[in-house]
Amino acid sequence: MTGMLDMDFIDFMDFSTLTHVVPPLATTLAALPALPIAGINWHSVLFLLFAGLACGFAIGVVAADNVVRMALYLVFSLGATAGLFFLAGAEFLGAMQLMIYVGGTLVLLVFGVMLTAQAPLVSIKPSSSDRTLTAVAGASLLSLLLTAAFSVDAWRGPGVGVVPAPSATPLGMALVGVRVDEPPAGTPVGGRVGYMLPFEIVSVHLLVVLVGAAYLARAKRRRTPRPIDALASAMPVEPVSTAATVAPTGRSAGGARSALVGGGR
Amino acid sequence: MVEFLIGLGLPGWVAWSIAALVAAVLLLNVIAGGALVFIWAERKIAARIQDRLGPTRTGGRFGWLQSLADGIKLLAKEDLMPEGADGLLFRLAPYVSFCASFCAFIALPFAFDVVGQRLNVGVFFVVAVLGLEVFGVILAGYASASKWSLFGAMREAAQVVSYEVPLGMCVVVPVMLAGTMDLVTIGEKQAGWMSSWFLFHDPFTFIIFWVYVTCAVASVNRAPFDLAEAESELVAGFHTEYSGLRWSFFFMAEYGSMFLVSGLAAVLFLGGWNGPVPVARLLGFSDGTGESAAYVVRLLGLANLMGKATLGVLFMMWIRWTLPRLRIDQVMTTCLKYCTPIAAVMFAGAMFWQLFLPGGLFPGWGRPAGEIREGWLEGPGGLPAAASPAEDRSSTVTGGEPFERTGLATRSPR
Repeated sequence: MTGMLDMDFIDFMDFSTLTHVVPPLATTLAALPALPIAGINWHSVLFLLFAGLACGFAIGVVAADNVVRMALYLVFSLGATAGLFFLAGAEFLGAMQLMIYVGGTLVLLVFGVMLTAQAPLVSIKPSSSDRTLTAVAGASLLSLLLTAAFSVDAWRGPGVGVVPAPSATPLGMALVGVRVDEPPAGTPVGGRVGYMLPFEIVSVHLLVVLVGAAYLARAKRRRTPRPIDALASAMPVEPVSTAATVAPTGRSAGGARSALVGGGR
Repeated sequence: MVEFLIGLGLPGWVAWSIAALVAAVLLLNVIAGGALVFIWAERKIAARIQDRLGPTRTGGRFGWLQSLADGIKLLAKEDLMPEGADGLLFRLAPYVSFCASFCAFIALPFAFDVVGQRLNVGVFFVVAVLGLEVFGVILAGYASASKWSLFGAMREAAQVVSYEVPLGMCVVVPVMLAGTMDLVTIGEKQAGWMSSWFLFHDPFTFIIFWVYVTCAVASVNRAPFDLAEAESELVAGFHTEYSGLRWSFFFMAEYGSMFLVSGLAAVLFLGGWNGPVPVARLLGFSDGTGESAAYVVRLLGLANLMGKATLGVLFMMWIRWTLPRLRIDQVMTTCLKYCTPIAAVMFAGAMFWQLFLPGGLFPGWGRPAGEIREGWLEGPGGLPAAASPAEDRSSTVTGGEPFERTGLATRSPR
């Protein structure tokens, strides 16, 4: 995505800007133009703000012991990441982050609420071996990512300046098979292969998942008679005329109950 | 506006901050002031529909100061918290709801280029952020340590997750017709008379508009879909334990969201700021005739869109006080068995209509020529333009300024 490439104008290494954050808060508006703060790279400041929020709430997810609070911190952390995307000009990616990750955490939150409505699961305390294992796994992943991030030369130098705001249109066109980005000289634009096939495969895959979920969650119809129905049919009823009226009502009551159970699922 | 402030001698970042602040305060006033008016209107409409008078005394005639009196009462109320409540989440929940409602307004245009931040994916952003409002409701329901609240929150979660599906399908249709997700461009493509509205583009869009209305009412949790606060069953649902100012934040979020989905409906289907009658064009004002004329055009458009959104909110009130509340299974049935299939079929129908009759029901009738401003399909040489001049506008303002993607309330007309 084009938005990811824009990140390189954020000055990762220049943490010296952080020391300049404090003066503007203390100064008055009249003295502002005279101060050197006008030269601050405010983009870096905002980047550090959002990145700090994301990291801080990520630590909060680990440190909290209540599932609902964990989910809430996760929401904030992911929301701050979406803020980073918007800061980098990748609006589509940012909105996607809000829609999929933050919205998806909603379901997590719902399950958290449903689980912790009872007392025993309100507070989750992992054992020390669990803590050690996850700490080792997380630290190794973090070190790998940091090494990879700092080894990219293009991200170490000064920024490339302002890039034009990317549009979601080339992305959509590429998904339906037309590549409009960087067309080689002399070739017709429409002739380049886009991402139609992967897009369709993913769509069909999602459709299969949906159908499967609907199949699993459907109201199941009972094949074998339930004990209560068997009992009702085996019940000896003296007069023939009342037996004709009782049996259907018994069946219909059972049917209504199974419909109720099915609807509740 | 930023250029004006820089012209006064202010440094760039101060100018951008002030511009962003002005936009934020204006949007905040749309929500808060709107809530004041709409609460009064809701009381009066409810009363009239139920053959009552409603507020009559506060502030003289019609009781028009009633909401202000309510606000003062809410300010004076004690801020209570139940004993078993999760304090942090309980206090946080109203702000989460309100912030989600407020953030969605950032991308909603009120007239051509009168928008907090013109996003290339405006529709997507608004729908995504609107879905976040439910977080506040769920947190409130969980943190209140009350069964009523928890029931309300669970219902709301199920409802919002379900109704996002048909809502998304409805929103996609105008996006498909306009060929962009930019709300400003979508509104501008419906310029001209009423016949160029997407509502009257073809029969399918007309039907899907009503599906959108249903889903919008459900997604902002209004009657007949207000199961999360069903007062006959759940006392007050998720905000049972709230009082005072925190409770009023939930209320402001609700009215803000109502105004938002109405405004979104106006932009997507009802022509946005392009009225039933192109008043500005008939009066001889257009962007080309000068700077003051451009401001008149925007002002008329602003009034137009606000009027349409207000009508939408009043429509929701009418619905609320007319229809009885649905049961939870009926809510789910409405969504999954009716709204979703209808939206899907109408989407396919609108697609084929656009394929074979791209002019719509009234092709070219009353539509100004050559006013499509983004036009990514009309790039140079017949090729799709990856980055048309309209999208590069931000980089041309002040090169190298780090804040140039910050909000602009009133961009000076070109």
